[in-house]
Amino acid sequence: MTADTVLAPRKRPVAARPPRRPLFRRRSAIPGFGLTLGVTLTLLSLIVLIPLSAVALKAAQLSPHEFIAVAFSQRALAAYRLTFGAALVAALINGVFGVLTAWALVRYDFPGKGVVNALVDLPFALPTAVAGIALATLYAPNGWIGAYLTPLGVKAAYNPIGVVIALTFIGLPFVVRTLEPVLRDLSADVEEAAASLGASRLATIARVVLPALAPAWMTGFAMAFARGVGEYGSVIFIAGNMPYKSEIAPLLIIIQLEQYEYQAAAAIALVMLAVSFLMLFVINAVQAWARRYS
Amino acid sequence: MARRFRHPTEDPTWAKALIVTVVLAFLGLVLILPLAAVFAEALRKGLGAALAAISDADALAAVRLTLITAAISVPFNALFGLCAAWAIAKHEFPGKSLLITLIDLPFSVSPVVAGLIYVLVFGLQGWFGERLIDHDIKIIFATPGIILATIFVTLPFVARELIPLMQEQGVSEEEAAVSMGASGLRTFWRVTAPNVRWGLLYGVLLCNARAMGEFGAVSVVSGHIRGLTNTMPLHVEILYNEYNFVAAFAVAALLCLLAVLTLVLKTALEAAQPAVRGRGH
Repeated sequence: MTADTVLAPRKRPVAARPPRRPLFRRRSAIPGFGLTLGVTLTLLSLIVLIPLSAVALKAAQLSPHEFIAVAFSQRALAAYRLTFGAALVAALINGVFGVLTAWALVRYDFPGKGVVNALVDLPFALPTAVAGIALATLYAPNGWIGAYLTPLGVKAAYNPIGVVIALTFIGLPFVVRTLEPVLRDLSADVEEAAASLGASRLATIARVVLPALAPAWMTGFAMAFARGVGEYGSVIFIAGNMPYKSEIAPLLIIIQLEQYEYQAAAAIALVMLAVSFLMLFVINAVQAWARRYS
Repeated sequence: MARRFRHPTEDPTWAKALIVTVVLAFLGLVLILPLAAVFAEALRKGLGAALAAISDADALAAVRLTLITAAISVPFNALFGLCAAWAIAKHEFPGKSLLITLIDLPFSVSPVVAGLIYVLVFGLQGWFGERLIDHDIKIIFATPGIILATIFVTLPFVARELIPLMQEQGVSEEEAAVSMGASGLRTFWRVTAPNVRWGLLYGVLLCNARAMGEFGAVSVVSGHIRGLTNTMPLHVEILYNEYNFVAAFAVAALLCLLAVLTLVLKTALEAAQPAVRGRGH
């Protein structure tokens, strides 16, 4: 009997199960959580979330058929095409020059670098309306730049090209500012390794440096694009605002509002919001993807 | 002649020169020319005409409204940013990353849509339209609407500056203060505030520039009543559309000076406090 009990596999004492992790983990020792989170959520709801839902609710007053008729009318489609197309071209321009600017700012020393570095943020600091009237004046047929373009047969202001010019200005800082920290943190060893293995400087940049910059570049590109899609102030002065030709989607919302077509304005706004949310999702996804591979 | 040895990670001199030239040409074309054009147009008829345009009664009313708007929306933004950063950076809770995304949301929404939503809520046809008329409260086409729209577009500024900063700093200092018996408010004033003040200032600086310069959102809710609901950027638009170019660019030049001042202060802050860095918009 005793032998049996000795030989029998000893029952392990039942380990006390770790307490299930509560939804709100261990109360932090730092006070003020309830208050600050409460204030944050209340203000966010009152100022952003609830008013934003008004757009969807207003647009929902339209029947699906009416919604499509106003949100995707010929005029609205032309406006989307211009808005998204111009934002895309401007983001691409900023994508190219943004890489060069970030590269020069991080890797080189040149006279006036401090001023250039500060100026890159000008589009964030300058009111968009000021940028708008300045660009319109520069590119008007008798303006400083327009005067040189007119003999070439290029009409920049009051034309879709004007929209691209304005959006290039507005989106300039995004690619530069997202690339700079990544470029600064890029360790020299990988470049040295590539060079010591016989790669030319150009091959090193194309095969080693640029791929490492890709996620940050895409983030900056998407941010510049998203900003360009919603931009209004800098565009309306230079665009000319001709329906079907140089009329951007945000302007179309305002035109509908001025005609008291609230539902139509909400319908177009809903389309724009859907695109904004999609862009936000893309930006977050790219950043999550970049974090996994860095 | 001995060739200077070039480090393998250094670009050839001709490439450096080419890239710097291209960059300077691009930035000169896109950034400096517009800035120069504003001042050149403002001074086209001399300094006197520009100063007269700025000291015009309607212009002064616009300056006053812009200052009032900033004076209310910027402190509000700082308060929101501090609350959000305290909750997010110093505590753990589910749905945190969703909350951060939602706080950033106003940057992804077109300013025009930001104005539209308040028209839909508070406008004549809006949710509270009739009730507001019954009580004789004007929000849309009045100062409250302008302030609300400005608060919407600037909401993320301080929060997105403070959240990463306070996350990096961790919680140990606050925990030490609390464990030694300091109250929450005292902990904040004596421990957290000194650690984040430069980041806060940085966020406030950028928030202020946007609050004073916002155009799209404010344009939708303002109603463009001269001398009454015109902020400086809206006043610029009206003058420009009336072909009163000298006056329009004179007021615009004032806004340019504000932008340049913002950039100077921002650069000085970054130089003095390397921990504080722009995190893009």
